Amino acid sequence: MRHYVILISLLVLLLGLTVWITSLDWIKEGVYRPFAWGDIANCTKAHLEMVVIAELIAIAIGVPLGILVTRPVFRKLTTPIIGGANVGQSIPSLAVIAIMAPILGFGLQSAIVALVIYGLLPVLRNSYTGISNIDPAIVEAARGMGMSRRQIARKIELPLALPVIMTGIRVSTVITVGTAELAVLVGGAGLGRITLAGVYTMQPLTILQGAAPTAALAIILGFILARVEGGMTSRGLKVKAEMA
Amino acid sequence: MIKLDMVTKVYPDGTEAVKNVSFEIGQGELCVLLGPSGCGKTTTMKMINRLIPITGGTIYIDGVDTAKMDENALRRDIGYAIQQIGLFPNMTVGRNIETVPELKGWPENKRRQRGEELLKLMGMDSGEFIGKYPRELSGGQSQRVGVARALGGDPPILLMDEPFGAIDPITRVRLQDEFLKIQQTLKKTIIFVTHDIYEAIKLGDRIALMKEGELVQYDTPADLLYNPKNEFVENFVGADRALKGLQLIRVKDVVKASPPTVKSGEKTEIVRERMERAGINWLAVVNGDGNFLGGVGKADLGKGDSVGDVMSPSAETATANTVLNEVFSLMLSHGLDNLPIVDKDNRLQGVISFDTIRKALVELTQRGKTG
Ligand SMILES: Nc1ncnc2c1ncn2[C@@H]1O[C@H](COP(=O)(O)OP(=O)(O)O)[C@@H](O)[C@H]1O
Ligand SMILES: [Mg+2]
Repeated sequence: MRHYVILISLLVLLLGLTVWITSLDWIKEGVYRPFAWGDIANCTKAHLEMVVIAELIAIAIGVPLGILVTRPVFRKLTTPIIGGANVGQSIPSLAVIAIMAPILGFGLQSAIVALVIYGLLPVLRNSYTGISNIDPAIVEAARGMGMSRRQIARKIELPLALPVIMTGIRVSTVITVGTAELAVLVGGAGLGRITLAGVYTMQPLTILQGAAPTAALAIILGFILARVEGGMTSRGLKVKAEMA
Repeated sequence: MIKLDMVTKVYPDGTEAVKNVSFEIGQGELCVLLGPSGCGKTTTMKMINRLIPITGGTIYIDGVDTAKMDENALRRDIGYAIQQIGLFPNMTVGRNIETVPELKGWPENKRRQRGEELLKLMGMDSGEFIGKYPRELSGGQSQRVGVARALGGDPPILLMDEPFGAIDPITRVRLQDEFLKIQQTLKKTIIFVTHDIYEAIKLGDRIALMKEGELVQYDTPADLLYNPKNEFVENFVGADRALKGLQLIRVKDVVKASPPTVKSGEKTEIVRERMERAGINWLAVVNGDGNFLGGVGKADLGKGDSVGDVMSPSAETATANTVLNEVFSLMLSHGLDNLPIVDKDNRLQGVISFDTIRKALVELTQRGKTG
């Protein structure tokens, strides 16, 4: 309950700030005007597109790969892949994006590749831990009753790991919304354009005009994904243990 | 029937967990695999349903080499219950129990019926529990559901690895008693792993005692106690093996005749005469319907006119199915020389005395020594 109050207050504050700045006539009398509503809408749309595309790719790679390295056949790959992803995330996001430009050239593709690389780790790591933290007795019981590997994965392992995997996707999405601010540096689009313009012209209000909607976007996406996560979690995992 | 023939397991790291073990388990028998921790009980058991691949020898079920069967089909016909239970937390109790029926493709109404039937068998209210989730259950309830799930597909064979190991002693004894009763009607072929000699003696038709991967003795509980093959067995069963044997005898095995009784309305003088004539100094008191009320000793008869005035009402009773070590312990802790045996309606069935217990034990020990 308290959680919601904080969330909504923050959202109201951020959106209010955006509305206020956008409705000003001048940011600096006679020199800078605020970005128009049309610009904000276009930048938000571009920002969202980048995030969604990058996130879908991160999920498409991260979830199967994370699950795959829990399988006995691929055990040898666990350390290099999970470790590699960990190292990847320890590189600052700005550096990842900066590295992409010389390799892939300026443009949206560089920005998206950088976002995928950066957003992959939480998805990959949570998919891996979600599956490998399942009580081995549960899987043994399933095997002992004659379930095939496939049936165990579909009926037992995936439903049990789903909440953890969904958390990874949510964390990754929220991070990616923030990282996407930097995409403009390598020729991407998004709300970073507005923020960066404010940085160049040293106008705090212009910076806020880009940063506030970005933060609001992160909060809204995080909230939606938390609800989805709750809806997808088996009721049996939500019930409270009865003291007996 | 299950037959192990020179079964051997060498783990990839070189551990020789099971060495040339051979024995047979008859249809409907409960065979206990007993031995100290790490002696290879679990490994032996899991080779039967092929959760652990065998590295030497053969296991036959009804004459068929299990290595030649489809492993999932094999497992669906062998119930499996383990100490950690491993209930599926994302499924209701009902769905958990219906796991094997579902794998076997039973129609839905038959599955549901099976779930309700098994919960009832485990002494659980199916209406209350069938829709609950494992996380809503207590330890004892989870364990019961685990056993119910193992019985789900009505398998002829059951493998149980310390299924009552992680439960408090009181619940454990109750689960053992319930389980014995269930087994008497189901007559499954059961391999039961435990390191607890009391549990082994109480439950087993036969006990396979293992040590460091080898089978040391395969015998009935009485023979294991009174005919130990070597020093290891003797030490394992312990110096109090005579007392442990009490676990093997039930009241109904030793108390046959219906006892002499008195009614609470009878006059004490007449009762005194009867006692003197029969040479006894204690009688059970019943009412007109044969319900047990208490006992009366010869020494108390002088204290009043009618038996009802002088008798001592007693709450301690046993049933025909009580094992003698429980009877013995009840008598000791309540200072009784005689313990009444009643049926479930509290009707007196007999009386057991210290002397009866002593004679039964001597007989059991003798049988072990000669047979
Ligand atoms: N996967 C394994 N790899 C190597 N050694 C094992 C493995 N599992 C069990 N062992 C060893 O095999 C022996 C028998 O183990 P186990 O069958 O579990 O014994 P028990 O059930 O009687 O306690 C022990 O020495 C144990 O350490
Ligand atoms: Mg074991």
